[in-house]
Amino acid sequence: MNELRYDVVIIGSGAGGGVAALELADLVRQGRRVLVVEQGARLADDEFTGDELGMAAALYADGGGFLTADGTMTLAFGQAYGGSTVVYTGVSLIAPRRVIERWNVPGLDFTDVERRSAKYLAQNEVHLLADSEINENNRLFVIGCERLGLPARQFPVNVRGCAGSSLCNLGCPNAAKLGTHRVQLPAAERAGVEVVTRAEALRLEDRAVVVRVHPASRKGAPSAWEPGDYRITAGVVVCAGGSIGTSALLLRSGLDRAVPRLGAGFTCHPAHILVAEHDRPLGNDVGFPKSYYLDRAEEDGYVLETCMYFPFTTAKNLSGFGAPHSALMRAFPRLQMILVLACDAAVPENRIAVDRAGRPVVHYRFTRDVVRSLVQATRTAAHIFFAAGARRVHAPSASPPLIERKASGRIDELVDERNFLAGAISVSAAHMMGGAAMGASSGNSVTDSWGRVHGIPWLRVADGSLFPDSVEINPYVTVMALADRAAEAVRADAGALLGA
Amino acid sequence: MSGAGRLDATMRAVVETVVPEAAALDAAGWDEVAAIIAAAVAARPRRQRRQIALFVRLLGASAVFRHGRTFAGLDAAHRTRHLSRLERSAILLVRRGTWGVRTLALMGFYARPAAAAAIGYSPSPAGWRARHADPTGAGERR
Repeated sequence: MNELRYDVVIIGSGAGGGVAALELADLVRQGRRVLVVEQGARLADDEFTGDELGMAAALYADGGGFLTADGTMTLAFGQAYGGSTVVYTGVSLIAPRRVIERWNVPGLDFTDVERRSAKYLAQNEVHLLADSEINENNRLFVIGCERLGLPARQFPVNVRGCAGSSLCNLGCPNAAKLGTHRVQLPAAERAGVEVVTRAEALRLEDRAVVVRVHPASRKGAPSAWEPGDYRITAGVVVCAGGSIGTSALLLRSGLDRAVPRLGAGFTCHPAHILVAEHDRPLGNDVGFPKSYYLDRAEEDGYVLETCMYFPFTTAKNLSGFGAPHSALMRAFPRLQMILVLACDAAVPENRIAVDRAGRPVVHYRFTRDVVRSLVQATRTAAHIFFAAGARRVHAPSASPPLIERKASGRIDELVDERNFLAGAISVSAAHMMGGAAMGASSGNSVTDSWGRVHGIPWLRVADGSLFPDSVEINPYVTVMALADRAAEAVRADAGALLGA
Repeated sequence: MSGAGRLDATMRAVVETVVPEAAALDAAGWDEVAAIIAAAVAARPRRQRRQIALFVRLLGASAVFRHGRTFAGLDAAHRTRHLSRLERSAILLVRRGTWGVRTLALMGFYARPAAAAAIGYSPSPAGWRARHADPTGAGERR
């Protein structure tokens, strides 16, 4: 095994790892060596082609179809230079005060999260798109909401020079989305932080990480390091591999003996894609796909977001099969789409574990509250579709799933919890949270509010696994705010941890 | 499902049941579907690969018990009824198995560029610029 020595190793390069890399670049200026280890590949700009399967295979773990243990939900999380920030849509919101207060983490207050979030909104050039950049799919959502008296809000987004390709979730082909692969990581590298890609963190040892560097695959540059196994000793190890990646790494390293809450409290905002058919083409395959939302998290436990997905993803999310399914797919250019997300609460049975080979296993059951929220969200979305002029609406938890306009007065009766049959309908999630939650002690959490793992001073966490519960909004800005805190704590502790 | 270019008879019948238009595919189209499905299965963890292969066999055999013929030997209407019954089964393992093969069938068919074009999906990296240059791109192809 190759042996290497760094002062700080950051595992993961997404919203958490990218921020940690840039915030710890100061240590490089002080003569320290900082390394980022990323499991995915670094793609060249011209490799973002928009091909649905090819890009999903190159940028997502399990091609975006990571299955929960009982096979009833797929989880989509990025695996690339930039992590999930390469494939998210880039909507940028600050966590609500009520959420941070409900988390009740000693030492963490809303004002601090808000201040740090604002720093990243500025760093990522977050702004509202001009009206001329809003496509018809989004306009119809606003129209539907207005006709129902619902307050649709515009998403602030982190794009620069958006061409409106609609391909955000397959990696922007125009380098317009300002993820960590465009902002924090390049700046960190310019400051001397090293990044090694295709490097899978196998396990942690005492003040060390064992990684396996994989050979090049179809897309992306080869790793800067030769394929093989490396043992990297470090004064500080910062885990930022995302909720599932970080939790699984710590679990397969046996750290659940020191912090028994490891893997607990997994949440993910389970979601349905709903579609409605209009009489005219909408041109939904052009323009920024996610510009508006309806926030009912506080009142009803759900959020509706505009969205636009690709043919296979859409086909998979429609219920049923055969002629009715095909008819809806043939109406693709006339489809309006809404994503409904449930704000799930952390419950004991939903957790991250590892199998005997150390691979992550996510145990997730839909609670009554989640099913109720998804069904209520579906009803609201159906009303919005019809108010916007849709001819028929496809709702997975309706029986039958296709609701014709003439039946629009019976939405609340047709869409019902009894029709939500786990395993029969598609549910997916892309907001992985929890598993190494912040809290007061190892009795109820894994880290303190600064990402310090209880009882293991050299080990830090700086990603979405820190969330003690669902954040009820798109999580990346909050991940960045918490990673900013974690990096500040590393800088503060550097003298003690790294020596002279 | 043993390799690109060839589909198990049961899986081919699943594809034709899930996406009836698949029956009109030529040999090259079927090769493409088979290659996509084979690649997707190969990319799954070993345990899931075994589960998929087992479920496809069970699907074929379950039709024999119910209808006296393999799934591939049934006519379209009986295949649809059989798959619909499995999709709403009281047993979670059966539902998720059905969801899995249905997903593979949809992937095999709709991830082909020809299928995407046929349903009128025509994104361009150039986005608005391309659409304004060719406004008909927003229209339906059929």
